[in-house]
Amino acid sequence: MLKRFNIKPWQLILGVVLLGVWIYCYIANTDITNSVVASGMRFGMPLALAAMVGIMCERSGVINIGIEGTMLLSGFTGFYIASWSKNIVAGLMIAILTGILTSFVHAMMTIQWKMDQIIAGTIINILASGLTSFLYKQGSTIPNSWPIFDIPILGQIPFIGHAFFTQQGPIQYLGLILIPAIWVMMYKTRWGLRTRAVGENPGSADTAGVSVIKVRMINVMFGGAIGGFVGGFICLELVGSFSKEFTAGSGFTALALMIFGRWNPMGAFAAAILFGLAQALSTQLQIFGVTNIPNQFITMLPYVFTIVVLAVSAGKVRPPAAAGKSYEKEQA
Amino acid sequence: MEALLRIEHLSKSFPGVKANDDISIEVHKGEIVALLGENGAGKSTLVKSVFGLVKPDSGTITIKGEEIEPGDTAAAIRHGVGMVHQHFQLVPVMSVVENIILGDEPHKGVFVTKKAAREEVIALSARYGLEVDPDAFVEDLPVGIQQRIEILKALRKDIDLLILDEPSAVLTPHEIDELLEVIRKLAASGVGILFITHKLHEVMAVADRVVVLRNGKLVGTTTPKETNEEGLAQMMVGRNVVLSVEKGPARAKEVALEIKDLSVKDDRHLDAVTHFSLEVRAGEILGIAGVEGNGQRELVEAICGMRHRQTGTVKVSGKESPDMDPRGVHLMGVSHIPEDREKDGLVSSYSIADNLTLNQFNLKPFSVKGIRDFNARDEYADRLVKEFDIRTPSFQNSASSLSGGNKQKVVVARELTQNSHVIVASQPTRGVDVGSIEFIHKQLISARDGGAAVLLVSAELDEILSLSDRIAVMFGGKIVAIIDGQDADRQYVGRLMAGLSG
Ligand SMILES: Nc1ncnc2c1ncn2[C@@H]1O[C@H](COP(=O)(O)OP(=O)(O)OP(=O)(O)O)[C@@H](O)[C@H]1O
Ligand SMILES: [Mg+2]
Repeated sequence: MLKRFNIKPWQLILGVVLLGVWIYCYIANTDITNSVVASGMRFGMPLALAAMVGIMCERSGVINIGIEGTMLLSGFTGFYIASWSKNIVAGLMIAILTGILTSFVHAMMTIQWKMDQIIAGTIINILASGLTSFLYKQGSTIPNSWPIFDIPILGQIPFIGHAFFTQQGPIQYLGLILIPAIWVMMYKTRWGLRTRAVGENPGSADTAGVSVIKVRMINVMFGGAIGGFVGGFICLELVGSFSKEFTAGSGFTALALMIFGRWNPMGAFAAAILFGLAQALSTQLQIFGVTNIPNQFITMLPYVFTIVVLAVSAGKVRPPAAAGKSYEKEQA
Repeated sequence: MEALLRIEHLSKSFPGVKANDDISIEVHKGEIVALLGENGAGKSTLVKSVFGLVKPDSGTITIKGEEIEPGDTAAAIRHGVGMVHQHFQLVPVMSVVENIILGDEPHKGVFVTKKAAREEVIALSARYGLEVDPDAFVEDLPVGIQQRIEILKALRKDIDLLILDEPSAVLTPHEIDELLEVIRKLAASGVGILFITHKLHEVMAVADRVVVLRNGKLVGTTTPKETNEEGLAQMMVGRNVVLSVEKGPARAKEVALEIKDLSVKDDRHLDAVTHFSLEVRAGEILGIAGVEGNGQRELVEAICGMRHRQTGTVKVSGKESPDMDPRGVHLMGVSHIPEDREKDGLVSSYSIADNLTLNQFNLKPFSVKGIRDFNARDEYADRLVKEFDIRTPSFQNSASSLSGGNKQKVVVARELTQNSHVIVASQPTRGVDVGSIEFIHKQLISARDGGAAVLLVSAELDEILSLSDRIAVMFGGKIVAIIDGQDADRQYVGRLMAGLSG
């Protein structure tokens, strides 16, 4: 069972311990605990979604380090279109479209022309960073951002209800549906089976009549759509504006979380929430004015936490076997 | 009558080799055609073209009167072609069921119906008498079982043409008999069969027609009635081949490999080898006979430091060899020809020359003061490629470009040229053509005569019988009998292998 879901025993233990801590804090001080967990969700969700981009790509055998650039470009187009058209829905649509187009370029470079996948991702990142800084205009605003609301019944659930289902925007809630949906897609559907086969041994998929190129192209572009969605999400909902290099390395953090979550959507989601919680906690510590520790160390907390966790779990991770390799028929 | 499969003037070149040169073949409904040829003759390339895995340079492929698009596997499958691949096309981290259904999954809407899939696999495996555990993960299974999965995959769909690329290389004699029976039944029901093998008795047993390739060209067609095994071998190799092994008596000396009270677990942590003791003397070949899956693989891996020894010791020339340290064991003078050449024998992306020096690249003369000497490596590689007749345009090519049998020759060449005290040879001639089998057997015997202790593990009972000076029969992780090679009787050994007491 553990092997089935690619969960390691120590991950399970970690989960149980954290749950215990959560329950303890919840009993000790419900309000603060709730608000920390909720803001952990807000920090973690974009990272979780960005990790989904990585999962979609790598599960089908394409390493995508261009998530950063994809989000940057989509946030940019999404925000300025929303600002220009005074319509945030249009903005989000354009953000998603930008994500798809960007990943299409990535897919063409890596899958069709069999370019080195790391270089292709780097090109996307450099291009995105250059274009968005060059075209950046100060002072634009969007008409409104999405309302924050509670989900009626779910929000009332004791213990978890407040953290997951209250005080969030629509995109946040959508993420809560999207991630399990990707998990179901990956492990329960025909497409998911083929995707994993292509990412592990493209030869076996090819000999079974599955088009390796098609599966990879579609997965990478679907990943791009999610990347665009996150970019739009950050600029239109979470922050409400576009600033230069707003992604600030979160595309790479997402890749680390993907590895931490062992290329499993739910695993990466858990990892991202954990990271978000660490971030929320460090913010909380700042608010409480913990002054005997320099501020810099407190902001470092989530990153140190990730590095430690990754270092502990590294060596045991097992990426999809064909990730990073382009597929040549003749060598089947 | 319209032929089921018609290949016309097909040619295919790879850099430096013409793998197929103007080949025309027909296969009719219900006909079993055996495709023979030396390693690297172009058999796999030809059938891969039919299945759309290789795009031919010229020529046409027609199935049931319809010309098929070159290089389109999905189209070949649609036209009713099924293929069993020489190199397994399985996903190691997936279950048996998932591997078998891949590409045409039982489903409801977009969802795979796992239960239906599982039942289908169980029924399929029962129908053809090829037993598999549907829930096992492929990476945990021995090659013999993986081969069964490959065969089941091909038989799952309603096919008109079945291509089998060396399906019997890793099967036990009993499984081979069953496979041949399946093939006969399929042919009787009208399926055309194109069958590649290096085992001539299989050809004699089932083929209606035999087509022989040499150096990419079609050199002849015959039928089992018109010829015999010697005749087929001669057609393939173009010279006389001695199919029986000639060897002098062994001059066994001191014990070179001493295994004492060895216990090993398999991948599922079940006991595979229990309190096993055995001595192999310098100058003798000790063959281990046994049905696959009776602990031979685990035994070999434990000896070679690739698997943890739960109890017991392995001594090489009197000194204890380290546990779980393949390199350490190798440095004590143990050569190992692993049963799975793809996984444990080669680094496919490395050149042939690098593969030939894989376990000595850092030693003299291939490295001097920590700097590699490529000239020394190339000279050595050049010599071995010629000596072992490894068919390749250049030893600089990657190992992945070699044909299956030639990959095996690379491993054998590397391991048999190091003057080791102990040679552990697991399935040394798997997938190798008759001419090369003769050669490898001679090499093993001359290693023995040179004073090496040879531990031979093979699923081929004939190979064990003809090479071994002593035979240890293994059953259920233990030795049930040790008999003299000279007076071993095929029936008797067979009964011991099946766990009967003689
Ligand atoms: N992808 C490739 N790149 C370069 N050369 C190749 C490739 N595939 C096959 N070859 C070459 O084509 C020739 C024919 O190979 P093929 O695999 O068809 O042989 P085969 O008859 O199946 O041999 P075996 O009995 O050993 O399996 C060989 O010389 C081989 O080195
Ligand atoms: Mg072949």
